[in-house]
Amino acid sequence: MFKIVRREEMSQGTVILNEIEAPLIARKAKPGQFVILKANEDGERIPLTMAETDAAKGTITIIYMVVGKSTALFKDLQVGDGYQDVIGPLGKATHLEKVGKVVCVGGGTGVAVLHPITRGLKEIGNEVVCIIGSRNKGLLIMEEHMKAASHDLRICTDDGSYGHHGFVTDVLKDVLKEGDIKLVVAIGPVPMMKAVSNITREYNVETMVSLNPIMVDGTGMCGGCRVTVGGETKFACVDGPEFDGHKVDYDELMLRLRAYQEDERKSHQHYCTIRDAR
Amino acid sequence: MSETATKKTQISRVAMPEQEPKVRARNFLEVPTGYTVKMAQEEASRCLQCKKPGCVAGCPVGVDIPGFIDLIAQGDMTGAIRNLWSKNALPAVCGRVCPQESQCEGKCIVGKKGEPVAIGNLERFCADYERENGTGELPPKAPPTGKKIAVVGSGPSGLTVAGDLIVKGHEVTIFEAFHKAGGVLVYGIPEFRLPKAIVAQEVNFLERLGVKIQVNAVVGRTVSLDELSAEGFDAIYVGVGAGLPKFMNIPGENYVGILSANEYLTRANLMKAYKYPEVDTPIPLGKNVVVLGAGNVAMDSARTAMRLGAESVKIVYRRSRDEMPARQAEIHHAEEEGIELFLLTNPTRYIGNENGRLTGMECLRMELGEPDASGRRRPVPVKGSEFEIACDLCIVAVGSGANPLLTSETPDMKLNRWGNVVADEKTGKTTKKAVWAGGDIVTGAATVILAMGAGRQAADSIHEYLTLGW
Repeated sequence: MFKIVRREEMSQGTVILNEIEAPLIARKAKPGQFVILKANEDGERIPLTMAETDAAKGTITIIYMVVGKSTALFKDLQVGDGYQDVIGPLGKATHLEKVGKVVCVGGGTGVAVLHPITRGLKEIGNEVVCIIGSRNKGLLIMEEHMKAASHDLRICTDDGSYGHHGFVTDVLKDVLKEGDIKLVVAIGPVPMMKAVSNITREYNVETMVSLNPIMVDGTGMCGGCRVTVGGETKFACVDGPEFDGHKVDYDELMLRLRAYQEDERKSHQHYCTIRDAR
Repeated sequence: MSETATKKTQISRVAMPEQEPKVRARNFLEVPTGYTVKMAQEEASRCLQCKKPGCVAGCPVGVDIPGFIDLIAQGDMTGAIRNLWSKNALPAVCGRVCPQESQCEGKCIVGKKGEPVAIGNLERFCADYERENGTGELPPKAPPTGKKIAVVGSGPSGLTVAGDLIVKGHEVTIFEAFHKAGGVLVYGIPEFRLPKAIVAQEVNFLERLGVKIQVNAVVGRTVSLDELSAEGFDAIYVGVGAGLPKFMNIPGENYVGILSANEYLTRANLMKAYKYPEVDTPIPLGKNVVVLGAGNVAMDSARTAMRLGAESVKIVYRRSRDEMPARQAEIHHAEEEGIELFLLTNPTRYIGNENGRLTGMECLRMELGEPDASGRRRPVPVKGSEFEIACDLCIVAVGSGANPLLTSETPDMKLNRWGNVVADEKTGKTTKKAVWAGGDIVTGAATVILAMGAGRQAADSIHEYLTLGW
């Protein structure tokens, strides 16, 4: 069992942080890599990118939004409980390089994944502008962390309850207009990454995104996570999860993410009904 | 032939009882239900006890076939399973999934005039009898040698290596990337052909012998081969299989509803999605299902789709029936269960709707031309023969290649141009010091028993290395 040693509720209880004992993974993990987790014997395998790792303590940290049956099940796990299976580190690590001025754009729980990359980019000497957004002030996560990890933090909310009133893409355009941006990293919901990529393409600025397709094994043996990048089929679990944002077929990814929508809805509903009856 | 021998060949082979096709096509219970003691003894009595048995030569792990069959005939079931274990740690698996017709039974002398002795059925009987009635007593082990071996991958070849080396007194740890041990035996071969409880029991047998199994360990990611050596493993065996699915590379391949057989079978078998929503992993349910390919994996996929309630299941294959690589018995079972064969047919593109979901595929009729490099007649498209097959689920079972996850992290281990590990044919030695390899990662996708045979040879070579040095 992989024990939960710390648990936090963020974003009004819709986003959960779990710090998990997994010394073998913590020893090897690098920013950008993910793990596959399975709560119990009958559970499914869910991929989540690590937000933090602590090799000395032997722990890894995941932050996830409660969206369906499995994440609802994960949410019910308390400190001292654990996951039956945690597998990793999987995927390629982020390629970190000193290029000059970079912009890191995060939306929703994507901010958790963006954090170690942002910090890494700053540590090796880049000038880092960071733009994070959420629907409203209460749903924003990791503001303090992101502030520390960047030189310039800009915040947006869809309803204007905090920071800029509008989308991260509005602010991104302003930053790009200032010029001299060498790299944009965007992590968040697929429509957001697509919108960011469309803007940066106009400005001809290299853009990296982290994709989140459906996965089963996470080791390249099934192809469930295949995505089209530059006209070629890639397996996100081994070739990614990070890709050139200008080459990704986002529409296909969004359609593929909906493959099990109906099953997911029923399964979540069923779980909540049973849990609430208890 | 002596008078008794002649008499023996006149007894007909004892058929294995099976579930009725109509019933079994909709459940996941095992199709053959197994011999009774009486049936097993009757079948065992058909063996001629040859002095120079062809059957043993036909078995890749060299089981003493006349020996264990004679013990069954005498009613000594404990003796029979011990005899089997001395050569094969996984008899319940082999009795079920080996292609006996081209191995042991293909060489049986009784088969020259009538039907061969049902060696596979008898092997299965012994293992099942021991599981249900045995004492749980373990085979003897040699005194500890103090040597440590890491086995990477817990499929048939890895389990064989582990079983062989643990009884020789070495310490063995298996590293498995999945959360359950067994490799293709747990994620690939369906429950109705190989019940997972039986695989778990054979794996448990190795654990009781002292083999340690570390699941969730992705060698190449969680730990590297060099780190394993540094941690004190004296030898390493790489048996990671051929786990990279091949696709057709035709337009529309990423529509929702097109899955590799690896994904489909992993969901169904390892994740038990056939029990959804009792378990959490979903599996797409097709009304009209097409399976591409004609090997055993294709048969397993088609039969699984039928059991999950499909209205029609078609196998689409570009060659003819004679070239189908699946076992005859599997093709027969599939057809009995209502699966249709679309032979000499090749898909050219998938068709989908505005939601990105599969609705059909365009195919071409093929005819057989001149023999190709493999010696099989090459399928050639018939011009203008395009037609459509409507389908909402397509399972691609056209083969699998070497997964580069481990090998790409191990640059000092030589690979061939297909990404398979280069290993000595007799010993399994790789170009990396103290590392052996065998099974599908060396040969490309083959059979369970060939992987076990490779494991056996490597285990002998590893034992020699550990006791004598190079």
